[in-house]
Amino acid sequence: MSELVNGRGLSLVPKSDAKQTMKDYKSDQEVRWCPGCGDYAILAAVQSFVPELGLKRENMVFVSGIGCSSRFPYYMNTYGFHSIHGRAPAIATGLAASRPDLSVWVITGDGDSLSIGGNHLIHALRRNVNLNILLFNNRIYGLTKGQYSPTSEVGKITKSTPMGSLDKPFNPISLALGAEASFVARTIDSDRKHLQSVLREAAEHNGTSLVEIYQNCNIFNDGAFDQLKDPEQRDDITLRLEHGQPIVSASKAVRRAADGGIEVVERASVREEEILVHDAHRADPSLAFALSRLDEPAFEHVPIGIFRSVDRPSYDELMATQLEEAVAQSGPGDLDNLLLAGDTWRIG
Amino acid sequence: MTKQVQQLDRVIIRFAGDSGDGMQLTGDRFTAGTAEFGNDLSTLPNFPAEIRAPAGTLPGVSSFQLHFADHDILTPGDAPNVLVAMNPAALKANLGDLPRGADIIANTDEFTKRNLQKVGYDANPLEDGSLAEWRVHPVPLTSLTVKALEDFDLSKKDAERSKNMFALGLLSWLYHRPTEATISFLETKFAKKPDIAKANIAAFTAGWNYGETTESFSVSYEVKPAQLPPGVYRNISGNQALAYGLIAASVQSKLPLFLGSYPITPASDILHELSRHKRFGIRTFQAEDEIAGVGAALGASFGGALGVTTTSGPGVALKAETVGLAVTTELPLIVVDVQRAGPSTGMPTKTEQTDLLMAMFGRNGESPLPVVAAMSPSDCFDAAVEAARLAVKYRTPVMLLSDGYLANGSEPWKVPSAAELPDISVPFATEPNDGEAFLPFKRDPETLARPWAVPGTAGLEHRIGGIEKADGTGNISYDPDNHDRMVRLRQAKIDGIAKDIPALEVDDPDGDARVLVLGWGSTYGPIAAAVRRIRKSGGKVAQAHLRHLNPLPANTGEVLKSYDKVLLPEINLGQLALLLRARFLVDIISYNRVRGLPFKAEELAGVIQDVIDSE
Ligand SMILES: Cc1ncc(C[n+]2csc(CCOP(=O)(O)OP(=O)(O)O)c2C)c(N)n1
Ligand code: SF4
Ligand SMILES: [Mg+2]
Repeated sequence: MSELVNGRGLSLVPKSDAKQTMKDYKSDQEVRWCPGCGDYAILAAVQSFVPELGLKRENMVFVSGIGCSSRFPYYMNTYGFHSIHGRAPAIATGLAASRPDLSVWVITGDGDSLSIGGNHLIHALRRNVNLNILLFNNRIYGLTKGQYSPTSEVGKITKSTPMGSLDKPFNPISLALGAEASFVARTIDSDRKHLQSVLREAAEHNGTSLVEIYQNCNIFNDGAFDQLKDPEQRDDITLRLEHGQPIVSASKAVRRAADGGIEVVERASVREEEILVHDAHRADPSLAFALSRLDEPAFEHVPIGIFRSVDRPSYDELMATQLEEAVAQSGPGDLDNLLLAGDTWRIG
Repeated sequence: MTKQVQQLDRVIIRFAGDSGDGMQLTGDRFTAGTAEFGNDLSTLPNFPAEIRAPAGTLPGVSSFQLHFADHDILTPGDAPNVLVAMNPAALKANLGDLPRGADIIANTDEFTKRNLQKVGYDANPLEDGSLAEWRVHPVPLTSLTVKALEDFDLSKKDAERSKNMFALGLLSWLYHRPTEATISFLETKFAKKPDIAKANIAAFTAGWNYGETTESFSVSYEVKPAQLPPGVYRNISGNQALAYGLIAASVQSKLPLFLGSYPITPASDILHELSRHKRFGIRTFQAEDEIAGVGAALGASFGGALGVTTTSGPGVALKAETVGLAVTTELPLIVVDVQRAGPSTGMPTKTEQTDLLMAMFGRNGESPLPVVAAMSPSDCFDAAVEAARLAVKYRTPVMLLSDGYLANGSEPWKVPSAAELPDISVPFATEPNDGEAFLPFKRDPETLARPWAVPGTAGLEHRIGGIEKADGTGNISYDPDNHDRMVRLRQAKIDGIAKDIPALEVDDPDGDARVLVLGWGSTYGPIAAAVRRIRKSGGKVAQAHLRHLNPLPANTGEVLKSYDKVLLPEINLGQLALLLRARFLVDIISYNRVRGLPFKAEELAGVIQDVIDSE
């Protein structure tokens, strides 16, 4: 393979000359989520963060599936495609792979991306198409009025599971790491600063970035992430992942366990040098995977931040490179030559 | 001994053997020689879905039929004049198609007790007199090949592999085929293994020489080149023609081609072919499933590419929801359905026309789209260009129907020059279309197409989606009257295409036929061949063939009503007949067979004659 010459991250997306503000990114459509829905906070965070990217607004595209969260593109004054249930990663793949000059965002829910669209999600991640996937995880089906979702905890009582749900949920971070996604992060709707810092890195990342956003559905699953918002407990529960920094909460720390895994212990009980230092750029995803398991089973300690951010070529740059190589090897295609290639004969 | 040479106007040969015997390759090479020689020709490969069914069994038989002539022909032929049977299974599986008096060249080496038993022969049919009504040429093909390759450093097994080339050599002698192309083909194919190349060429030459010297063949045959319209010709299969048509459509529309596809028989070769032509800026994406394939194609279309997805019936079923999304977002998309026998997995390598109603209606809601069908292998090229023309001009998904028979069959094709092809490019929207504002669903009054504004165009930022849109603005709308209007507008846009396609042409030389035979898709060849037979014997019959199944040509009803009887043969249970009866209240006479095989000309001639006689 020749040296990669094609776009990386946002490098091929044209920059805007004009200074942009949040207002530029608000569409004229009335926002129709339930009052109090976490989606509002995420929308505001995105609208106020994208101007800093300084991209031409017309070169941004938001593609979504179906669900409450998937209404998102209507509210962004960019190009947008509200598609069908679960298929946004596939549609966005075709768009991003053929248009390296676009910054393509996928907006999806936990049902959209992990039930009906699970296949497309894992394949987008393994391919590393230049996409930013924002997974709004409210651990419930919002739009269809409250059935349990593939991230709902076991035993969830909903209209479709009056005696409790039976199936074990997916941990979206573990799933994404299992698919060897090159960028995997988690953030929460209520912490705008953190949310925006993660989005910034996701946008710049070359390849697929998956950002799980804990989102409160105050109608059908209210309080799902309350522990992480409660000032009393949140600092103890939240393990902040920052590259190069020890992985700790206010009172807890992560260290290597004797059995080869990792464990969460009282911070006061360990020496500073025993604490695991976060390395988001580790090529091997297994340590990141181990971190993703720390919130199991009871949400006692929840890592937040960028689990993994590694550099590998994106699908679209590899694809563009193949096209360039083909032209370099034998020149641009010529239709007459193509049709006449091989055995021909002349009559008359 | 000088041998007699006999002139023939046409010959039908069927090569049959075990899937592992290389019959498709043998057939392909004989076809290449025949094309080079200048005959008109038509081919019909027939092979099992299993890659290697158990050796020597009936399900493992693979065959390749070739019809070539000194005049223009329309089908791969009904019944072979010559059967090359590489083993007892091949004989047994094909004997039923063989008219009395036909030649059988049988590889006697394979007619062992064990092989005979495998297919239920108690005695050797080559010896027990049961083939007395055919002209049997017993040839020990395997041992002759091994003998010819004695001097090569090959195991017996490897040497035996070349027996198909021995057979090809023998047949090439028998029909005076040129040999150079096959020799250079073998040299290229085995360029990395010169010993194997030499062995195959030696086997091929030995087969030729055997024909010349043996007493089992006292006559050889000549079929003069055909007088076809002047031009440069090549042999082409339906899948290859379809792939080339898509490339031509990309060039002629000035849009980069994006193919999203998932492998499926018999459509995969289009994916393979397009993947080889990256120099045309073609992106081929092998998706995780059919849904992703069409999704990616639609996403690419949204971005301003010529989005294409290729598949067969089971894949079309999976794509339905996304095709509906393309209908309502009014984006160009080409959905190629290379039909195969269904339902479900059906018979993957066998042909059928059973997806017409799925193509027309297989989506939720009122979701009309144009349906275009190819009628011969080479016509897949023109059909693809036409599908693309409609897709980009009207901003609509188009169903392009081919089938297994067209996909794998081949025929000579008069190669068009790029300059002869239509310019099918359309402009993207670049400016607001409503004062300062841009309305993504404000339609062109002529075509009813909406503007195609691609991301990256400043000032035209807009959102589209699967939810019903307000007429004009495209904003989400649940207004009842708006929905009714949009349903009708989408229908009217597709119906209006009838003004933009050629009228249905009728071939009725004397203008006084009372019976019309109508067809669509791959039945064109057999129908036209049957019509010729009827006319040759003094009968009168008119013929018409539909390329556009939705919308139908504007004069379709008029044509149907101007004949006393309309006969419609279809390889389904009457799908087009159902549509035409409903639409035009014409009492169509259906003829239906769903055997996974194309119609035979003789069969259809009989059916047509019956209809004429019942007048
Ligand atoms: C093919 C198909 N099946 C089912 C539905 C119904 N449906 C719409 S959204 C949804 C689940 C949404 O849940 P999630 O993705 O978590 O999004 P949320 O509403 O919670 O944001 C379902 C089942 C649909 N629109 N399409
Ligand atoms: S149902 Fe839940 S997720 Fe949907 S808009 Fe209302 S609060 Fe938000
Ligand atoms: Mg949800």
